This record gives sequence, structure tokens and C-alpha cells, in this order.
Amino acid sequence: MGTQVLISGVVYTARDAAHERLIQALEKGERLPFDLKGQTLYYMGPSPARPGEVIGAAGPTTSSRMDLYTPRLIAAGIRAMIGKGSRPAEVKEAIKKHKTVYFATIAGAGALLSKSIKQAAVIAYEDLGAEAILRLDIEGFPAIVANDVYGGDLFAQGKAKYQKGKK
Amino acid sequence: MKEIKASAITQAVARLCQEANFVLGEDVLAALKQALKTEQSPLGREVLSRLIENARIAQKEQLPLCQDCGTAVVFLEIGQEVHISGDLYAAVEEGVRQGYTQGYLRKSIVSKPFSARTNTKDNTPPVIHTEIVPGERLKIAVMPKGAGAENMSKLAMLKPGDGRQGIINLVIRTVDDAGGNSCPPLIIGLGIGGTAEKAMLIAKKALLRKLAEPNPDPEVAELEKEILAKVNALGIGPLGFGGTTTALAVHAEVMPTHIASLPVAVNLQCHSARHKEAVL
Repeated sequence: MGTQVLISGVVYTARDAAHERLIQALEKGERLPFDLKGQTLYYMGPSPARPGEVIGAAGPTTSSRMDLYTPRLIAAGIRAMIGKGSRPAEVKEAIKKHKTVYFATIAGAGALLSKSIKQAAVIAYEDLGAEAILRLDIEGFPAIVANDVYGGDLFAQGKAKYQKGKK
Repeated sequence: MKEIKASAITQAVARLCQEANFVLGEDVLAALKQALKTEQSPLGREVLSRLIENARIAQKEQLPLCQDCGTAVVFLEIGQEVHISGDLYAAVEEGVRQGYTQGYLRKSIVSKPFSARTNTKDNTPPVIHTEIVPGERLKIAVMPKGAGAENMSKLAMLKPGDGRQGIINLVIRTVDDAGGNSCPPLIIGLGIGGTAEKAMLIAKKALLRKLAEPNPDPEVAELEKEILAKVNALGIGPLGFGGTTTALAVHAEVMPTHIASLPVAVNLQCHSARHKEAVL
């Protein structure tokens, strides 16, 4: 927890609507648009790319809207998640149990983060527009470990450290 | 009588939508730079310097500061001597449509919010607030309002007996409940008085104020100062990672209210505080 990293490799974007569909597919035993095992989800819906550019602004959305779906996806093989804001007990438990990790990145730095994205392709749910699932090739993407396998919570610990007055 | 054509309004709105999304206000950027000097958390300082870097890239490359280009909230101040030829609201809506298309901004508006949630594909309809004022100017302010902080906003119909402390407690609770989700450091719009919907409106309008300019009423300015100190004592910090800069400013607007009421509205603005104005 608290380790700052630069992430390179493949991540898949998914927000509320995509999560809903992925869970429904899992429940119905339908084929998923990509193999979840070992993959990383990035909670993000970009602004459109200018001609010749890979992607528009691409910062994270609020992770808590995906909390409902997350333990199920972790159990199905998701290895890591990148987003914004804290996660609740159920998600932290799933992270510990399945040895996964939750990263927070620089929320609101949409322009800066777009620079770390080298390739972007829609791979599912195109009808969702900005909420479609994208496969992203990222390089040197800045993130910080927010929840780890030891139960560490960056948000809780950070606040406790800098809180003034009643403790 | 001042004549203004609808097309001029469309043009202005289209330009303001893009400018607001690409260029962070001077006052906000200055506040972030100042916070970089005073923030006690090393990680907090790291975040602030990345946000300043982000603002530089966004302006240089005409990229949105944040991928959430928001709901287009438009404030119109129409002078009584102004005559508009054409449909005013249609002109504003067309301006948003054009601005969000030309600027490669994200289209984030859906119709049928509790059922199909179908994207309207052009970021319309905007949310328009209109005020009639003396004179012959038409002032347009465009505020792209992202959902992150907007979703963490709160309205409470307090009892008059809850008083000043009740107001402070509500703001603290609102900011605390939001944590990192509202993307601190925040600008806190606070509306006190009026009725339920008016309190919320004046809270949002307060976000247009030049950053950290105090309310001209000393009693209200004192409240703003106290709330800011208490919010920063929460320790939430930039993006909720922990730190001493949880809010950059508190802007409170106050108006008379009913003998039995104390409406208090808290409209949170994230660090990507975007608004641009033009006068026709």
C-alpha cells in the first residue's frame, strides 16, 4: 500500500454499464468479450480522440459505482483494478482472498494520463459509446497501490495521518 | 434596445464549452500552485504537481482537462433592454452541440434516466439558468460540471435551531462522506436560505465566484473561513490520499428564508473547476 508504480501492458476499460453486462454474461454462462483471467480493469470512459490521436482525455471514474460487481469479477479471475476513490469492506476482502490489487491513479488528470496510452481499440459493447470496453496498451502509466493483499487502505491510512483534532 | 442574434449566442456558447474544458482558470491554477507550497503530505504534493502539469498539457494540446466534460451548465444574465431574435434556449443548446462536437469533448448525457439511459450523442440538453437583470448586456457563463463531485453534493432542510453549527456540521459530513470520490482539493459552494431548490441554485452559482474571494458580508466571510479550516483538518487531502489540502475555498451565498426553515445546500466542485464567461 502506498507504493507508486508505472504500469505497462494491456488493460481493459469498463464502467457501470459494461460491468452490468459482464456479470449478466457470467451468470448466463455466455461467452465473455475477453478472457478475464489475469487481466486488469481500468474504470474509465475517454473523451473522443482527435484525428491522428490514439485517445482523448482518459482519467479514472469513481470506483465505488463498480463495487457491487467487483467481488464477482475478482472471483472470476480479474487480477487488478485501476480507479479513483476508496473501496468498501467486501471489495477489500475479495482483494485479500484472491491476491489481487487495487490501484488509484491521478483523478482529473485526463490529459496527462492520455499520454501513457499507446493504443486503444473497442473490443466490446460499442453501442455504449464512451462506456464501451476498450483494450488499451499502456506504457509508464502512473498509479499508486491503494488496497493490497495485507488489507492496507491508502485512503484510511492517509486520512488518519493528517487528520487534526479528535482522533 | 440591444439586438442580439441567436446565432451569436450559439457561437459564443460553442467557444466557451471548449475553452472551459481546455483552459483551467488562472485563479484555480494559482491556488493549486500555492497549495503545492503548503501541503504537508509528500504524496499530496506529488498529486498537486501532476494536476498542474495536466493543466499545461490540456491547454497546449487542446485536450480536455478531465475526460468527464460534464453536463453543460449555462448561466444566462439577460439585460432587460436586450432583444433576442431567434429561440434563445435552442441557440444555447445548439452552441453546446457544436462545442462538444468541434472540441472532441465527451458526450455524457443520457435520456430516460431510470430506464433505457440512452446517450443523446451530443451532450444536450444543457442545464440552463436564466436571470433577468437591468441593462443591455447578455452575459453567458458556461460551467462544465462533472458528475464525480456533483454526485457527492447534498441538500438538507435544517431546523432554524440547528443554526450556524448545523451548517458547519453538514458541510463537514458532506466532504467526509465523499472522501476521494469528489476529487479533492475541492471548491465548496454553499447556499443558505431561500427554499430547497433556490438554496441549491445559489450554491452552484457561488462556484462562479473568483476563487477564494470572500463573501462581502463579514459574518458570512467568517463562516467561510471557519468551514475551510475545519474541512482541511479532516486530513482527506488531494484525491483522498491523505493531506492538509482538502479544499481550496468555501464560497457561501446567503438569502432570506422562511421563519420555519433553514435550507442548506452543499454543491461540491472538484479541482477541475471549469467555467468561462462572455458578454454579448
